[in-house]
Amino acid sequence: MKRGGKTRATGAEARALDDGGGAHVMSWVIAIMLFLTLLAGAAGLATARAAGALDRQMAGRLTVQIVEGEAQRRDAAAAQVLGVLRAQPDVALATPVAQADLARMLQPWLGTDAEAAGLPVPALIDVDLTSDGSAAIARVRKAVMRASPAARVDAHATWLGPVGRLLDTAAWLAGAIILLMLVATMAVVMLAARAGLEAHRGTIEVIHMLGATDRQVARLFQRRIALDAGIGAVAGGILAGAAILLIAGQVGALDSELLGGMRLGLGDMAMLIALPFAFVVLAVGAARLAVLRQMRRML
Amino acid sequence: MANIVQFENVGLRYGVGEETLCDVSFTLRSGQFHFLTGASGAGKTSLLRLLYLSQRPSRGIIRLFGEDAVILPRDRLPGFRRRIGVVFQDFRLIPHLSAADNIALPLRVAGMAESDVARAVREMLNWIGLSERAAARPATLSGGEQQRVAIARAVIARPELLVADEPTGNVDPAMAERLLHLFHSLHRLGTTVVMATHDWHLIERVPGAHHLHLERGRLVDPDPHPPVASPAPASPPPIPARPDAKPSTIVRSGL
Ligand SMILES: Nc1ncnc2c1ncn2[C@@H]1O[C@H](COP(=O)(O)OP(=O)(O)O)[C@@H](O)[C@H]1O
Ligand SMILES: [Mg+2]
Repeated sequence: MKRGGKTRATGAEARALDDGGGAHVMSWVIAIMLFLTLLAGAAGLATARAAGALDRQMAGRLTVQIVEGEAQRRDAAAAQVLGVLRAQPDVALATPVAQADLARMLQPWLGTDAEAAGLPVPALIDVDLTSDGSAAIARVRKAVMRASPAARVDAHATWLGPVGRLLDTAAWLAGAIILLMLVATMAVVMLAARAGLEAHRGTIEVIHMLGATDRQVARLFQRRIALDAGIGAVAGGILAGAAILLIAGQVGALDSELLGGMRLGLGDMAMLIALPFAFVVLAVGAARLAVLRQMRRML
Repeated sequence: MANIVQFENVGLRYGVGEETLCDVSFTLRSGQFHFLTGASGAGKTSLLRLLYLSQRPSRGIIRLFGEDAVILPRDRLPGFRRRIGVVFQDFRLIPHLSAADNIALPLRVAGMAESDVARAVREMLNWIGLSERAAARPATLSGGEQQRVAIARAVIARPELLVADEPTGNVDPAMAERLLHLFHSLHRLGTTVVMATHDWHLIERVPGAHHLHLERGRLVDPDPHPPVASPAPASPPPIPARPDAKPSTIVRSGL
């Protein structure tokens, strides 16, 4: 077969299928499915990133609070605890939070001069552990308690744990939604291909009787479906991209530490950009499968 | 002359019940012109469908181009179909394609280069006298024009075997005459022609043509005096036969 003849030929034959009903339904279905899948995908990936960031924040980190009304005693206890912490082999880094920072953080609740008003402001020490095992946390807690009865140890994992688990679940759910979408899209495409085959039965029988092979007939449908799916993919992709950018901008404006982890990396972007292509490939594959299966029932 | 088609005790049954075709045996020789007659419902279309591989027989042997067509694997059928031109009883033109694109289909299916396709289609349109209607959709063509497009599509790829199912069924006698001329000129180019018709006058118009006659699914000797013996007034002179045409002999076996 000559290349030029073949391409033009299929194009000319494909016009025979132009008038089929349901062709544009395919574009719509792909656009909507892709839009939803991309949103679910972006949300899932961002959530997974946030969960990862949170994990990194929580794992092996704790805060030691020294609650002591009298500032001098508080600072003395803090210094002692800091010394004990730095001596611990489990501790990688122990950083006291500057009282000025603390005062600024508390300002919305306690007013501009809490200290002067006689309100007790605790001393805080951020601790990074060398490992994130609970045994290490227990050892550190014991040592700290021994050093000062006014000290309280908060492992971040304890209070952020449920949030992390929620984010994990959300990410998995998004993954499941994407899979379900792909399956549903394939099913719809196969149904549409079969309906198209039915709508064009007469045309196909003629082409078949003129000596067209199953593959030639399948190629006619693949071209149509690729075109329709491509239009849908572009539309759905652009809409989803706009929606994702909008939400990303709004999340960025929130300046929230929890949501700050919801960032899409380059790999995530690549994955999302690959989705429309995956949809088109999948649609074409599903259509081919449906057509070939139907054709084999003909002599 | 080689046998291009050979039927031996072929039977065809649609579902249950009586056989639509029963013990059909005949041979078609390469380059001959064959008429297939029979009353409506006698099984002409069924027999032709076996011939153009749109249906497999229930029993019997069909040899086509020297090969057993009954056991031919599915993936070899397209190759065989491309050697057979078919004029369907109902034309089966593709409604969304222009006359030219309809005619071009067999060449495109065969993968011919587009420049060659264009030239062949132009010639063919000229031959059937529809050059001006090349871009017309079938629906905008008259019955006779559609029929000519269907015939052009059937013959453009120069098939070895041309099968036509009542191609003059729905046209006036003058058009029938013109169409017969088309078939006859093809025949003169060496194509084996099988034409189903119930117009016995056409048969007289092709001297040297062979004649198969179906009665309720069985091949029988054609009655020399057709049952509908309406005297054809001032019938036109016969179409000149091929120079090498031998006197008519019905080549049949197993009868
Ligand atoms: N696809 C089919 N299924 C069942 N019966 C059929 C089918 N095609 C034809 N027949 C029956 O076979 C008989 C012969 O039909 P056909 O071959 O079309 O005859 P003709 O072309 O001579 O008019 C008829 O009785 C018809 O009803
Ligand atoms: Mg018929």
